[in-house]
Amino acid sequence: MAMTHAAEGLDAPDIGVNRFAQIASLPVRQPILALSCALLLAFGVTAVVSPWITADPAALDPLNRLQPPSLAEPFGTDQVGRSVFARALVGTRVSLSVGIAVAVLTTLIGVCTGVIAGYFRSVDKIVMRAMDAVMAIPAILLAIALVALIGASPIVIVTAISLPEIPRMARVVRASVLSLRERVYVEAAITCGGRTVTILHRHILPGAAGPIMVQSTYVFASAMILESILSFLGAGTPPDVPSWGNMMSEGRQFLQIAPWILGFPALMLAMTVLAANLLGDVLRDLLDPSFAGGEMR
Amino acid sequence: MTGYVVGRLFAAIPVLLAVAVFVFLLLSLVPGDPAVLIAGDFASPPQVEAVRQALGLNLPLLPRFLAWAGRILSGDFGLSLFSRIPVSQLVAQRIEPTLLLSLMTITIAVVVAVPLGLVAAYRPRGLVARLTMAGAVLGFSLPVFVVAFALVYTLALGLHWFPVQGYKPLSQGMLACLHSLVLPAISLSFLYIALIARVTRAAVLEVLREDYVRTAHAKGLAARKIIARHVLSNAAVPIITVVGIGFAALLGGVVVTETVFSIPGLGRLTADSILRRDYPVVQALILLFAFVYVVVNLVVDILYAVVDPRIRY
Repeated sequence: MAMTHAAEGLDAPDIGVNRFAQIASLPVRQPILALSCALLLAFGVTAVVSPWITADPAALDPLNRLQPPSLAEPFGTDQVGRSVFARALVGTRVSLSVGIAVAVLTTLIGVCTGVIAGYFRSVDKIVMRAMDAVMAIPAILLAIALVALIGASPIVIVTAISLPEIPRMARVVRASVLSLRERVYVEAAITCGGRTVTILHRHILPGAAGPIMVQSTYVFASAMILESILSFLGAGTPPDVPSWGNMMSEGRQFLQIAPWILGFPALMLAMTVLAANLLGDVLRDLLDPSFAGGEMR
Repeated sequence: MTGYVVGRLFAAIPVLLAVAVFVFLLLSLVPGDPAVLIAGDFASPPQVEAVRQALGLNLPLLPRFLAWAGRILSGDFGLSLFSRIPVSQLVAQRIEPTLLLSLMTITIAVVVAVPLGLVAAYRPRGLVARLTMAGAVLGFSLPVFVVAFALVYTLALGLHWFPVQGYKPLSQGMLACLHSLVLPAISLSFLYIALIARVTRAAVLEVLREDYVRTAHAKGLAARKIIARHVLSNAAVPIITVVGIGFAALLGGVVVTETVFSIPGLGRLTADSILRRDYPVVQALILLFAFVYVVVNLVVDILYAVVDPRIRY
């Protein structure tokens, strides 16, 4: 039932309407969906092309330091005269790539864990208790502890941010699997002697795809926040890399005299995360209208 | 009721045990020899050996864990590598600001979020509902330090209503102390308000569909009485749950907020200790935070049974 509704809203009846008109009318039918997708797409393109279209983000110009936003420098300059605009655009790369990497890693591990806990009841208790334990440690704390103890390399940062996100993904998947495995068609498949792997792959996972997609959108959003917090606390991306968190961390000393150094990366981060969160909300409401409006994540 | 409470208590033990194992293993992830780390840069080889013997670092993993857990249970968290003060003493000095900040944040969050969620559910198409839901998405999307700096820029640097940073201990007067915590508490409560308002709205919407609410309206009960007796008491369980779950985010946010506002609390101690690689302090703080989280959620579980008698299974 959930899926049919999604199909109505998103990509289906082809009868009499061509696909182009479908997409063209999307901003009218789903303005928030269209807006958040457009924003994320814009940031994605920025991330890819920014090194070729902006000035050198590391170029110093001490004579023009702490200049307010102007036509030449739309976001102003920082304490050593670097272009905040160039740095903010290039900073998109770090946030988006960390967000995507964490979303992929969390989804892979979380789905496996959730399916195992939900389908094989004998290990459920043990697996979920381990997940509870990870959830009992605040995500920020867990991530900075791991990064600071092991050392800040991209792999460690992505793993450290993924670890606290995995239990929530696992819980979402487990809940879906628990209800799906009671369905008649799953029982039928078991009775017919279907192999477990096939049943999981063909019958369980497709049914859980919606909630997984929604949750990974949220993971993508919160990973970007965590990355910026790590950088801000000085335990994340190395300070010479222009990431939004690093820029905000440097900009805090100049908050009073040059608020743009902190303000613009903050604005870009907020817009990206907001777009991802809105996309998640819209997808969730489309996939399961009974939840429309919000509940626990 | 007693059976339920005891059951919940026992369910919390494996979680704490798993956290302890994790925190213990954290130290073995650190590159290098832990005995050298703990003995310090200027220790002679015999001193390092003595530390190794004393902490049982030469033992295999399991006996070493048991020895470590035994010391923790007896309240011995070791010495801080940085200041050479017992960790328990260091932590005790820092509890006051963090405790007050958390209490203030929860109070602000509940007082703001529950009425907002309630109104948003009663008038789903109204202005309050729209603003609340939009604000909630925003609350999820702003990192706590961005909210903090926005508040500092406007209310502290611009209007001079609040200090930019710093903390006045309770001993300097209650009002001065609370005044110094207003901005940190508001910035910290942002995410919490978003979380609680959304859940309150969803829970109240659910309850409003129930027959007993319609009956109460039909028999002419005053709206205020219906809200208090029927709606809120039945929507309480999800609201309390999310207050408990959100507590982890609150404790994490404390680390950031205290750094931004230079508050000498547990969060600041955590951030500093992690950056100084002061492992015994980091271990103790993670254990403490996880312990507080588990206890808060235990209290939440017990509150369920008080609020909703059906839950005493």
